[in-house]
Amino acid sequence: MPKRACYAQDYTGLKILHTLYDSCLKAEIDFLDDHYLLNLIVDEGCIKGAIFLDSHTGEIIQINAKAVVLATGGYGGIYHGYTTNSYGSTGDGIAVVLRAGGAVSDLEFVQFHPTALKRSSILMSESARGEGGYLVNSEGERFIDELKPRDEVARAIFRQEQEGKEVFLDVRHLGEEKLMHLLPQEVALCKLHEHIDPAKALIPIKPVAHYSMGGIEVNSSLEVQGIQGCFAVGECANAKVHGANRLGGNSLLEITSLGRFAGDHAHQYTRSASNKEANSTQRDKDQKAIEAIYAQACTLNFYEKQQALGKLMYEKVGIQRENTQLLQAMEEVRAMQEMKEQMGIADKSPIHNQNLIEYLEFSSALLLAPMIISSALARNESRGAHYKIGFEKQDDKHFAKHHIIQWKREI
Amino acid sequence: MTITILRSHNKQEEAYPLEDKERTLLKALTDIKATQDASLTFSAGCRASVCGTCAVRVNGKEQLACAYKVQDQDVIEPLQYHEVLRDLKVNKSLTKKTLQRSTAWLQTFQEASLTPKDEKFSEKQSDCILCDACYSACPVYAVNPDFLGPFALTRAYRYSSDKREADTKTLVDNVQSNGVWDCILCAECTLACPKGIDPKTDILMLRSLSIEQGYTDPTFVQQSFGFDPNAGF
Repeated sequence: MPKRACYAQDYTGLKILHTLYDSCLKAEIDFLDDHYLLNLIVDEGCIKGAIFLDSHTGEIIQINAKAVVLATGGYGGIYHGYTTNSYGSTGDGIAVVLRAGGAVSDLEFVQFHPTALKRSSILMSESARGEGGYLVNSEGERFIDELKPRDEVARAIFRQEQEGKEVFLDVRHLGEEKLMHLLPQEVALCKLHEHIDPAKALIPIKPVAHYSMGGIEVNSSLEVQGIQGCFAVGECANAKVHGANRLGGNSLLEITSLGRFAGDHAHQYTRSASNKEANSTQRDKDQKAIEAIYAQACTLNFYEKQQALGKLMYEKVGIQRENTQLLQAMEEVRAMQEMKEQMGIADKSPIHNQNLIEYLEFSSALLLAPMIISSALARNESRGAHYKIGFEKQDDKHFAKHHIIQWKREI
Repeated sequence: MTITILRSHNKQEEAYPLEDKERTLLKALTDIKATQDASLTFSAGCRASVCGTCAVRVNGKEQLACAYKVQDQDVIEPLQYHEVLRDLKVNKSLTKKTLQRSTAWLQTFQEASLTPKDEKFSEKQSDCILCDACYSACPVYAVNPDFLGPFALTRAYRYSSDKREADTKTLVDNVQSNGVWDCILCAECTLACPKGIDPKTDILMLRSLSIEQGYTDPTFVQQSFGFDPNAGF
């Protein structure tokens, strides 16, 4: 069978990333490690730079820029505990764009990967099925064509789970040698996290949040709608290349092609951008906001709420949606937003305050969650990753359109 | 169970009780932070042994926190030879300078067709996640902080052995000073690597390439015990 995508073992993304990193070092590009993006500086609809929290000192830093490219990742981390994403994938860049008056779109389209390890939500790569792995239930039956799109496979697994059956990935017939050649990392992860050798035993799996198709609304130059000179690329952006249901490997295609494209457009923009520099209004505002977080009493542990939010989103805004459940989820998220006044940070250190960063990440999650829910509520049809009970068919007449959210800019 | 973590604010080892159940060290650290002590600071990202941020020392041995199952009485410390920023979080920006000093990147690209065998040749070396475990395990740093070190040299070798590299000489030139000859071949790096990479062998391969380029082992020259090949002339 011809291969559809270029790959390097089960490590394609890692190899691209490190080759890029080496090239950046060669080009003597500066990295500001441990700088957390707080907000964009926008003046009369044009980008002027961004504000960062420098973890090394706790200072609020302003960096002026004629153009900005956002590459801040997706929001799958909102499904805390039920995602393959890293802890920090809470859609911070998307929240920042919203606050700056830019637009975001199609947030209801969250892709669930069919095969994550059951206990740890760690990803078992698509290649396991691509190479001929089977999905079987606890009765040993195959129940779906494993090569169907991710949404169909994830839903089929979800239904098995609803019937009380466990689901496993079976790659035993591929043999140890082939497994070690094609999936060495996955084999190691199975042994470590599930105590099983995939060459000899079934791999217990579940579908979890994996990729956000929705994100920052950009035009064909990848410029953010509503913020001139600000560009967005990668999972944080909604460049509309994945439709409602991304194919495995295509996010890597997106970043390798559109990354350069975004850089070129940002560079072009700087040639005509105004030289007027930003004042310190945004910086002062962010300084006060961070001081307020330090001063806030901490009577409610936000880490508990972070887990509760992840579970709520997975159960009620997950693989299969239903309007009454979405409305319940909305109420619960609103209640959490109100409780936020009681949540603060217990760690008051100015330097390397991971507690503060995680609080800010949770704030992004709590800001975006209601928008994912309202977008899902508004889409009374099923399309790609968005599947709704009672509206199981695709309805192009009413819903062949994007859901765009944009706030009125504060003056 | 109880684990002990070296804290930076008071330079004391602090003990934390944990419920007796199987979990990764990273899960233990996030649990402690969420329920016992929000000020405990560490670095973490992917939970799947690929981002390279969570390496620490457990009972004196380097481990990825996400890939180590925590045991009763474990002692957790930050990596060695790194500036501790806070608790288990260390400054990796200085160690990354070894990549710059060794110019561990593609020097001059040339068109070359790669076979699956060629790809296999540097597959292991390119599995490196820059977790710094090997750097922390390397005893050379106790005496020479300027040593280029295992991960930078493995990366330099990875590029020098690539058919698309037209300028292997520059790479070899740039790993001579504080580089391939300063390694004591103890293989602590190889034992520490969570990805099964073998920097020691890569360094030996770079030594061979160096000799091909006309370099000699400077320590060998120093060990000539006064023998004068020109016999006094």
